[in-house]
Amino acid sequence: MNRHMQYLASQAVAGKLSRRDFLGKAAALGFTAVSANLLLSSTAKAAGPQKGGTIRLGLQGGSTTDSLDPALVTNTVGLMVTRLWGETLVELAEDGGIEGKLAESYEASDDAKTWTFKLRSGVTYSNGQNVTAEDVVKTMERHSGEDTKSGALGIMRGIKDVRADGDSVVFELDSPNADLPYLLADYHLIIQPGGGMDDPAAAIGTGPYIMKSSDMGVRFVAEKNPNYWGDLGNADTVEIIVINDDTARVAALQSGQVDVIDRVPPRTAKLVERAPNITVHSTSAAGHYVFIMHCNTAPFDNNDVRLALKYGINRQEMVDKILNGYGTVGNDTPINASYPMYTELEQRQFDPDKAMHHLKKSGHDGAILLRTSDNSFPGAPDASALFQQSLAGAGIKLDVKREPNDGYWSEVWNAKPFCTSYWGGRPTQDQMFTTAYLSTADWNDTRFNNEQFDQMLVAARGELDVAKRTQMYADMSTILRDEGGLICPMFNDFVEATTDKVDGFVEGIPGQVLMNGYAASKLWVKA
Amino acid sequence: MSPIVKLLAQRVALSLLLLLLISVVIFAGTIVLPGDVAQSILGQSATPEALANLREELGVNDPPVERYFAWLFGAMQGDLGTALTSGQDIAEALSSRFWNTLFLAFWAAVVAVPLAIFLGLLAVRFKDRWPDKLISAVTLASISIPEFLIGYVLMYFIAVQLRWAPSVAMINDSMNLFEKLNAIALPVAVLTLVVLAHMMRMTRAAILNVMQSAYIETAELKGLNAFQVIYRHAFPNAIAPIVNVVMLNLAYLVVGVVVIEVVFVYPGMGQYLVDHVSKRDVPVVQACGLIFAAVYIGLNMVADIVAILSNPRLRHPK
Repeated sequence: MNRHMQYLASQAVAGKLSRRDFLGKAAALGFTAVSANLLLSSTAKAAGPQKGGTIRLGLQGGSTTDSLDPALVTNTVGLMVTRLWGETLVELAEDGGIEGKLAESYEASDDAKTWTFKLRSGVTYSNGQNVTAEDVVKTMERHSGEDTKSGALGIMRGIKDVRADGDSVVFELDSPNADLPYLLADYHLIIQPGGGMDDPAAAIGTGPYIMKSSDMGVRFVAEKNPNYWGDLGNADTVEIIVINDDTARVAALQSGQVDVIDRVPPRTAKLVERAPNITVHSTSAAGHYVFIMHCNTAPFDNNDVRLALKYGINRQEMVDKILNGYGTVGNDTPINASYPMYTELEQRQFDPDKAMHHLKKSGHDGAILLRTSDNSFPGAPDASALFQQSLAGAGIKLDVKREPNDGYWSEVWNAKPFCTSYWGGRPTQDQMFTTAYLSTADWNDTRFNNEQFDQMLVAARGELDVAKRTQMYADMSTILRDEGGLICPMFNDFVEATTDKVDGFVEGIPGQVLMNGYAASKLWVKA
Repeated sequence: MSPIVKLLAQRVALSLLLLLLISVVIFAGTIVLPGDVAQSILGQSATPEALANLREELGVNDPPVERYFAWLFGAMQGDLGTALTSGQDIAEALSSRFWNTLFLAFWAAVVAVPLAIFLGLLAVRFKDRWPDKLISAVTLASISIPEFLIGYVLMYFIAVQLRWAPSVAMINDSMNLFEKLNAIALPVAVLTLVVLAHMMRMTRAAILNVMQSAYIETAELKGLNAFQVIYRHAFPNAIAPIVNVVMLNLAYLVVGVVVIEVVFVYPGMGQYLVDHVSKRDVPVVQACGLIFAAVYIGLNMVADIVAILSNPRLRHPK
């Protein structure tokens, strides 16, 4: 990169040159917009975060029926608001590992059944109270009680006992689980004074911001917590506005009313990107759009039929046309590179000849019925039509039946043998497999029943040797790819956008939307 | 009792009766919805014990008539119950949103009503000439386009391109009146375009109707100019139908702005109702239904009262 370009970039970062002028000059010097943008953001990062100002976020997924109680958070707005005022024991790090939040450090017993988390000392809540180990115990009790409505109940089930031990908290598990820290990073498990038993929606926590006003489904305002222990939080004020309408959200960004938005519709993302003051960010994530077959129902009980369908789908075409390029191809396993112990498997390609070969071998003839609805994932009926066409090229007839949106999740998904669906992904392989591919899983929506797979899953959970575990997960993914009932053509990215008023956006942070929910406290307002 | 007072009393009584009947319909309607309330709150994870507990808590086991009267008397005293989803007091949660909706409707009316009547008069004055045709064409076009599309178009040009007004019509207590008006400029513009045609055409038709009368001919023969004839002689006699259509549109501005509130993210009743319908929060839906019905009936009552008062035959009983 030549010196002149670097000089221009530093001028742009210092605000002496507008982004538009910078890009124009860069283009004149023969740089592409992408490389110029990269230089700009790396220069900005070198300049470091700036303090002060107001960051405004326009977010989809908030409702007047929401609550500030972390146990009841179900949507993006709830996640982002909770991240402002509250913190968990540990958190997913930017590299996919685990970093301490309220817990300074943690260690497991050799059998991975007893875990000890040492609390950071001297941390106070926004009401001035000190954080104690009892608070952590109470918090866990509130989320695991029999009558709790907490979204974290499922992950609390394997925990037998939680107790305070001085400034440490000890977790006793039913069976070994090397992934416990990942479970405790769940965004519901915000540590609250007294576990939040008295007033769970009081929004009193240890986060970088303090809530000033909360109007559910409308608007939230938070100000910097002067006593925050860590280095999160650049802006003085964060404002979150709920904008559920796609067009209105994009317009609010374009008109400069908000600085950050989530869920840019892939269909229009390329157009949005053309605006001079806007950058679209795409983060590959664990969410995937799928076609699921019941492995115990004819004709899908024959693995050759399943393989025929898997070879007969054009994955790249799906990513290009359904996601408009904002995604990556899948490989018929729910695991992709966003998982911590990922191993790349050989990619299955679209191969009409192999598809035909496997169908002939299966002895099945006649049409196959696929059910779909827009409710299963955006563009599912279009994706089904594409699938129909690519299979026709292999001489396989697919009938597509469009089901009503209403009741799709109760009448079709997990009920009918072949349909379109969506998975949001989980932070670890263990959680993803346990949720959907264990024979006894709550949501075994492919009716996958494989003894070897089940045994490996339980064994991997207790395995503390990372190399061995990684190999086990690769083997499990291979089994799913070759024998499972899942056709996973694509992983959908999080597509988000910022104006050039803010900087510091990092693409590719694993976890939830908008830099794992930390965009509000990690971005900064440019001077 | 003078006939005019008697008529008014009758009209008010009729409105109250109508509101009462509607309250029955709203209540019965939410009861006959498929599945019961407890089932829709708990969803698929409902266990028989949880269902029984929740039914008990909601008082669903009491006879419907008893529940209806309990609800009605509560509502009459301003107690609309508590929302099932958030446990908030509904009357409290609704009041600020109701005022927001009224605020938006009020300013839309302040712009739309005089404009519609003025354009109506103008159309009559230049009947069948180009101003009349232009006004008709523009207002009919704007009423024919779906309101969300008008909203998006205005948003694109006025908020994104020109930056004259914000695209998100977020108002809150810390804003002064001028800031609030700036915030709601776009939704007010859309609502104006949506209701303009109806009121304008009704004004035009009512005045043209009056213009056929013999006394208009007399006025013209007296040598009054066209505007004076319309303004002094025709307009007062067309007030009743005009007020009628104005009230109907005012009611629409209050109860029919759901789409606009969602598009412009305006914190009014519409968004609140939509969220609670999708969560099957029945008490909130009932409360919103009742308030909307009251607004509608109230405004229609006002229209009728104006019609009665503007009728000289009633003002001067024989």
